[in-house]
Amino acid sequence: MTERPIKVLIAKPGLDGHDRGAKVLARGLRDEGFEVVYTGLRQTPEMIVTAALQEDVDVVGLSILSGAHLTLLPRVCRLLRERGLDDVLVTAGGIIPDADIPTLADAGVAGVFGPGTTIGEVAAFIRANVRPRD
Amino acid sequence: MDERPGSDRPGSADERAAALSEAALAGDRRALARLLTAVENRTPVAEAALRRLFPLAGRAHLVGVTGAPGAGKSTLVAALIAEARAAGRSVAVVAVDPSSPITGGALLGDRVRMQAYAADDDVFIRSMASRGHAGGLAATSAAAAAVLDAVGFDLVFMETVGTGQSEVEVAATADTTVVLEAPEMGDEVQAIKAGLLEVADLVVVNKGDRPGAQRTAAQLRAMLSGAAAPRHLDAARPGDAVRPGDAARPGDAVRPGDAAQPHPKHPEVLLTTATTGEGIAELLAALDRHRANAGVNGDRATVRLARAATMVWALVGERLRDALATGEHAAATAGVVAAVAAHDLDPYTAADRLLAALTGRGEP
Repeated sequence: MTERPIKVLIAKPGLDGHDRGAKVLARGLRDEGFEVVYTGLRQTPEMIVTAALQEDVDVVGLSILSGAHLTLLPRVCRLLRERGLDDVLVTAGGIIPDADIPTLADAGVAGVFGPGTTIGEVAAFIRANVRPRD
Repeated sequence: MDERPGSDRPGSADERAAALSEAALAGDRRALARLLTAVENRTPVAEAALRRLFPLAGRAHLVGVTGAPGAGKSTLVAALIAEARAAGRSVAVVAVDPSSPITGGALLGDRVRMQAYAADDDVFIRSMASRGHAGGLAATSAAAAAVLDAVGFDLVFMETVGTGQSEVEVAATADTTVVLEAPEMGDEVQAIKAGLLEVADLVVVNKGDRPGAQRTAAQLRAMLSGAAAPRHLDAARPGDAVRPGDAARPGDAVRPGDAAQPHPKHPEVLLTTATTGEGIAELLAALDRHRANAGVNGDRATVRLARAATMVWALVGERLRDALATGEHAAATAGVVAAVAAHDLDPYTAADRLLAALTGRGEP
């Protein structure tokens, strides 16, 4: 059996209603050979973490454009750790000022991808940093 | 919780399977999720775990939900979860979406409709990619359902990929098969074609608030119900045709030698609007009714035999293939396949030779 595909959750935490980017990324990662679980708009951190747990994903990708990233993303990371998902790679995309990236990194966000990032860059980052799989 | 049994930790597959199974049986959802991953990847851990868990399965009601893309399968399942939870029943979902035949990637989007239950430990939703398996489910969906059954979920919904007319595998996997139709699915001829509708235990016309929904339901009732379909041409009387709930009149259903049995299952046809919850309570009641009846009239035993046969034969095929394609037989097998490719050997003789080699009654 060949190594199983990397499983990625793409979610939009919070209240902004713009999911074009998340959908483009979900589609792009599908084309990169990943199994992408898409959960849609307006997700609470609790919903995202429950989905990550039940789906046993390798990666959680969070798309956020509302400006609430300093509140929501660390909360997702904390809940993931609390529920034992400390080996899941967390990445973020959307509108996130450079100045906030160190704070997010401290919280556990491994990669932040702003506008202009290519799908290939995201896929390469995931492949390089994902947890080892069975 | 940072022990991760079942991953790349030391210990035999059996030890890891034991640890994961025990944790999953004790209600650890993380362990359950990891078990399901092992099942999807067909690892030795999964096999060892299924050896333990399979005897505990067989109590849940396995419900297959199938139908065309966009008919509303996920939305319907979400509505059924709400209804079942209101009645205090635990629910698991296996939702399958297709894998790309080109890249192997998949977009699993069924969860979008089912996100209201994050805080509820008695709802467990798992998306699966079909990974090249045709037939509407993934090759490992039945095993995944058995695991969810074994850990104690009352209801296990198996949602297929969006199907066409002939992906009927789910009927051999589920206790009760629900086929979803959207309004304006076509004329009556669509309802009498062979395939998907034939395996339905329940037919649901969803999007009941759309124009044409009532008419579609009436057409399906007329064409599918045993009571309505004329057994002899002179039996067709107007006014006799559309009577919902009439399908299972005693004495009407099984008449030996009756060659004109039009639809052996006589499925009930229900109308739902999953987005508003309209008709969902009735659907859940119909599911329960089907299960109870299937227990009485022997259908359950038939379905379970068929399911067991499917699982066993799939494994026999897989093991035969593994035995021939790996290890001591690998080179000889490759030689036989190459001979077929060169048209030096026909595939039938090739298969016979390979089987003979395996049973020690010949060389390939």
